[in-house]
Amino acid sequence: MFDKNQISILKEAVDKENAKTQEKLQKRPERKKKFTTGSGAPVNRYYTPVDIADMDYMNDLGLPGAFPYTRGVQPNMYRGQFWTMRMYAGFATAEESNKRYKFLVEQGSSGLSVAFDLPTQIGYDSDHALSEGEVGKVGVAIDSLADMELLFDGIPLDKVSTSMTINAPASVLLAMYIAVAEKQGVSSEKLRGTIQNDILKEYIARGTYIFPTEPSMRLITDIFAFCSKEVPQWNTISISGYHIREAGSTAAQEVGFTLADGIAYVEAAIKAGLDVDSFAPRLSFFFNAHNDLLEEVSKYRAARRLWARIMKDRFGAKDVKSMQLKFHTQTGGSTLTAQQPENNIVRVAIQTLAAVLGGTQSLHTNSKDEALALPTEASVRVALRTQQIVAHESGVTEVVDPLAGSYYIEAKTKEIEDAAMAYIKKIDDIGGAAKAIDAGYIQSEIMDASYDYQKNVESGEIIVVGMNKYQVEEASPTGLLRVDPSVGEMQKARLAKLRASRDNVKVNETLIALKTACEGSDNVMPFILEAVKTYATLGEICDVMRDVFGEYQQSINL
Amino acid sequence: MERPIRVLVAKPGLDGHDRGAKVIARALRDAGMEVIYTGLRQTAEQIVNAAIQEDVDCVAMSILSGAHNTLLPKVVELLTAENATDILVLGGGVIPYEDIPFLKEKGIKEIFTPGSTTQTIIDYIRENVNR
Repeated sequence: MFDKNQISILKEAVDKENAKTQEKLQKRPERKKKFTTGSGAPVNRYYTPVDIADMDYMNDLGLPGAFPYTRGVQPNMYRGQFWTMRMYAGFATAEESNKRYKFLVEQGSSGLSVAFDLPTQIGYDSDHALSEGEVGKVGVAIDSLADMELLFDGIPLDKVSTSMTINAPASVLLAMYIAVAEKQGVSSEKLRGTIQNDILKEYIARGTYIFPTEPSMRLITDIFAFCSKEVPQWNTISISGYHIREAGSTAAQEVGFTLADGIAYVEAAIKAGLDVDSFAPRLSFFFNAHNDLLEEVSKYRAARRLWARIMKDRFGAKDVKSMQLKFHTQTGGSTLTAQQPENNIVRVAIQTLAAVLGGTQSLHTNSKDEALALPTEASVRVALRTQQIVAHESGVTEVVDPLAGSYYIEAKTKEIEDAAMAYIKKIDDIGGAAKAIDAGYIQSEIMDASYDYQKNVESGEIIVVGMNKYQVEEASPTGLLRVDPSVGEMQKARLAKLRASRDNVKVNETLIALKTACEGSDNVMPFILEAVKTYATLGEICDVMRDVFGEYQQSINL
Repeated sequence: MERPIRVLVAKPGLDGHDRGAKVIARALRDAGMEVIYTGLRQTAEQIVNAAIQEDVDCVAMSILSGAHNTLLPKVVELLTAENATDILVLGGGVIPYEDIPFLKEKGIKEIFTPGSTTQTIIDYIRENVNR
């Protein structure tokens, strides 16, 4: 892109200037000895064409909407339509959550995003001993199709797109969603939405696993195969770096480990006999947005370019949709402080800008009170308004990928791509993501990064405003959201009633059929769908699978 | 020489957020303590069994799921039933301030909320273990 001769003239000038400035710095040192990004990667004083001298515009950037999609997956991005403003919500009972969804839709939220409580995410009914104290706490409790019917009551499923943060039992919750739609008279081809369905990052960072790796991968490929025929508009997986970053990884690790997981899913599906272009267009991704605006923008661009190249070169994808990395973003929960929570609104605004300048397809913005509790309706409104202000008032949406061509952004994009590729190569050498997780490699890399970060915060090298600098005496915050403690009892009572009133013979028949399917090699999805329609509970269905598949044992390394 | 302080770092309940627990475990170890980390999804019974078997001076539990009012007091109750009241019990995580008095009343000696430094926790344990 640059004239070689000019680059060498420039390089000479830069070197000369550097030497001169170094002298000056002896007398007048800068604020820090070492300047780094939010993830600890080195940052030079300034960037010039010398730093991106090898960049080839058409190969490395391309036009917006064209391979390798560095500049975005659409040619016009937000001039066509804004990203989906998708607020993650759910707590207590299905009725309570249903109210919150209707509030969000009224406030201009353009897609639903369901948070399930931990028993649901781990496949236990609300009356299971391990569910004690957890029912309805971090999300809504769903025990059976009856709860799912209440959750989406009055919400036309052919009109909304719904994202469900569900992984190990994703097949069961998707089946329930299909069954609710059927009752509304909406056929499954019309359904739009996403299931997270990303078990590998559960083993790495999030913890809501149930089954061992191998049967878990089979459930995932069964879902890919089933949806490609029956629910063609559904995003069958959301390969998530979000939780990897929350666990303390760097930006480059977030990209490297997430795409390594992505590679594992693609390989599993190909091994199961699927054609890459039959499922890859429905793969979606999920990334974090931290405070280092320019590093984050570079990260999204690097992820898009790397995935496009992997899909084309490594897997021989032909459909351009298979090469386009589409992603959801959530602002970084771990960046929020419990101290002076109002400051979090500002952090979320910066992170929102990062996600939008990075070309996200949808976004959840965290609320200011989330370091303390689940957010109240008032703080959720501010978080949603933050997106609307960036969309309507900031001007950054009027032009595609406005930061492209910045020497710094392009250099960082390349640097993150290279670092992520090095992780992928290392994971390939270990034998793929599943093996690297079993060996504890990915977890310990993240652990090291998170420990370094903590030490730097405690030494004051990293400043977190309001937490380790500019502290004030504060009164304990009041008016936090509390989940009604009787939710557990209500949910138990509802289950008892359900178990007494449904046709238990039919329930058992479908569960036995499911067991046989699990033991064999048939796609399990149709069997799960039959079972949920008889009001078999989530726990009963997962117990059948636990019986056949066993349970995952976490490897612990500090 | 006095034996090092032994700490059980535990994750009660179904919560999968273990960044804090792991950072604390490593920091305590770097501070010279002997640390046993339980891993995820521990019942109160499992935590108490491990605490007694490992003969620890302190149980430090991290919980971000909102189930703290149910799970943390249960650990103290079971320790009391085992006559192990000399073990220092601590909690940390996303715990609203208004729940702290209740938890302290139930025998959790201190609660460390987001933003607490590992050094504060190390110092607290050194000063408060019964030995």
